[in-house]
Amino acid sequence: MLEGIFVDGLIFSIMVLGVLISYRILDFADLTCDGSFATGAALATMAILKGVNLSGALVIATLGGAVAGAVTATIHNRLKVPGLLAGILTMTMLYSVNIRILGGRANIPLLRVTTVYTRFPEIFSFLSNSWALLVGTLLIALVIKVLVDLFFRADLGISIGALGSNEQMIVSMGINPRLLKVIGLALSNGLIALSGGLLAQYQGFADANLGQGMVVQGLAAIMIGEFLFDSNRISLITLRVMLGAIIYKALMFFGRYYGYHINLTPSDLKLLTGILVIVSLIIAQTRSAASSADARKKALRRNKEIRQHQKEANDAKN
Amino acid sequence: MLKIEALSKVFYPNTVNEKRAIEYIDLNVNEGDFITVVGSNGSGKSTLFNLIAGTYPVTGGKIILNGKDVTHTPEYKRAFTIGRIFQDPNVGTAAKMSLEDNMITAHRKGMKGLKISLNSEKRQLFKEELKQLSMGLEERLKDNVGLLSGGQRQALTLLMTILSRPQMLLLDEHTAALDPSNAQIVMDLTTQFIERYNLTTLMVTHNMQHAIDFGNRLIMMDEGKIILDLNASEKESLTVPKLVKMFKTIKKKEYASDEGLLIL
Repeated sequence: MLEGIFVDGLIFSIMVLGVLISYRILDFADLTCDGSFATGAALATMAILKGVNLSGALVIATLGGAVAGAVTATIHNRLKVPGLLAGILTMTMLYSVNIRILGGRANIPLLRVTTVYTRFPEIFSFLSNSWALLVGTLLIALVIKVLVDLFFRADLGISIGALGSNEQMIVSMGINPRLLKVIGLALSNGLIALSGGLLAQYQGFADANLGQGMVVQGLAAIMIGEFLFDSNRISLITLRVMLGAIIYKALMFFGRYYGYHINLTPSDLKLLTGILVIVSLIIAQTRSAASSADARKKALRRNKEIRQHQKEANDAKN
Repeated sequence: MLKIEALSKVFYPNTVNEKRAIEYIDLNVNEGDFITVVGSNGSGKSTLFNLIAGTYPVTGGKIILNGKDVTHTPEYKRAFTIGRIFQDPNVGTAAKMSLEDNMITAHRKGMKGLKISLNSEKRQLFKEELKQLSMGLEERLKDNVGLLSGGQRQALTLLMTILSRPQMLLLDEHTAALDPSNAQIVMDLTTQFIERYNLTTLMVTHNMQHAIDFGNRLIMMDEGKIILDLNASEKESLTVPKLVKMFKTIKKKEYASDEGLLIL
């Protein structure tokens, strides 16, 4: 049971890494995510059913998501509309596209075929079934994390981070900000779709509604992660995002598992997620207000001390 | 180096809010020139800079940079030649990134690749560069730039602009938001770098004394036109009261001729 939470959380954490790139690093409120997650699931499912090998299916899913992200960035760049609107447009269009990919149906099962999650117990045959799934997912998630870390330590990744912090600086450094946005959103949605492709194989079906509410869930996970520790190093930021994703999934699991005692149904979880995000925002705000008040107090005390010293020095002179 | 021909810029054309910000300006900037630009608010100094840098599209005229017509070249491409520093210290640096990340972005102009260039050798180089600022920033490579003071940020912006090796500097009141001592430090560094790398420079300033003390040429703008263009020898004997007087006489002449037109 606990292994299940971790597998779920780790698959989810790849999606949250994608949300991290768009929301936190690129500072682009991207809602494409809700569509591209299901696109990844649909593409991976159909590819596997058509007999494409497993890594090929995941690559197709990732590329599909990357195209969706690039479309959002292009709408934003060319039509000069806010990122939010560009994302909503792509997300809405993707709903139809996803049903097309699924052959006109909203839901396709992935039963009696080889998937990543039927392969893991074969590869790690020395482990029990649930542990094999966990180890396999952990390996994939770690590889993705390390690749993301390396990317954001490379010159291109750093310039994408700089764009999110200050667009004028990127322009001043002779870089086309539009191109960086396309690359950033393609990467973000590629990861999101990859996560969708994995989830479809784990739960054994692809659904056109799979991505609903993903953005908010991703933000909740990012915010939980930000409570864990503070850092500006990318390897620690991605680590805390993954931990946040697992904690979020655990919270939701226990909400489902024990929630019936207080008459909670699975359909209440979206409300809970929203409240979780709001509470996180409130806590973060109180914290930063408290720390700046603290800094002000310290500065005042320091000033007082300096004045005291000067006074003493003057007194001594006289 | 930079040649501007009959440049004009009209905001909100053909509406009641129509504003002629730049009216047919001709300007020839020679290589190595250090021009100070003065003029009252709304005289078009910043608009002129925005047109040269490519932030705004022009309404008419031509901008020729190094013999190439760049009138319709996007801002980020012109940035290879032009380094620009704004009044607001926050515009030149990325607050949410560390000093070293900021500096590696500035280290080479243009699109970046997947190489990880930030190594110990580069860090050493950045430390050496930061030492020139004598602000103790060489010890803070891993700190986020958002933690620095305005003066430190502007000095860092200047250093980063220099690191990216432009041929030309556009300084848009880049010391105006700083306290006097920091403004002095940044201004000293600016003149040092301009001399060392022989940078062609245009500097907007509201400080008349600065306008007279620095550079080899002074231009004064008013209502979208260049109304005064003094060379080095004319500048030598200049004082603030003289400059103000010149401004007033030119303005009066204009008013007189305008009135003349009305009577006719």
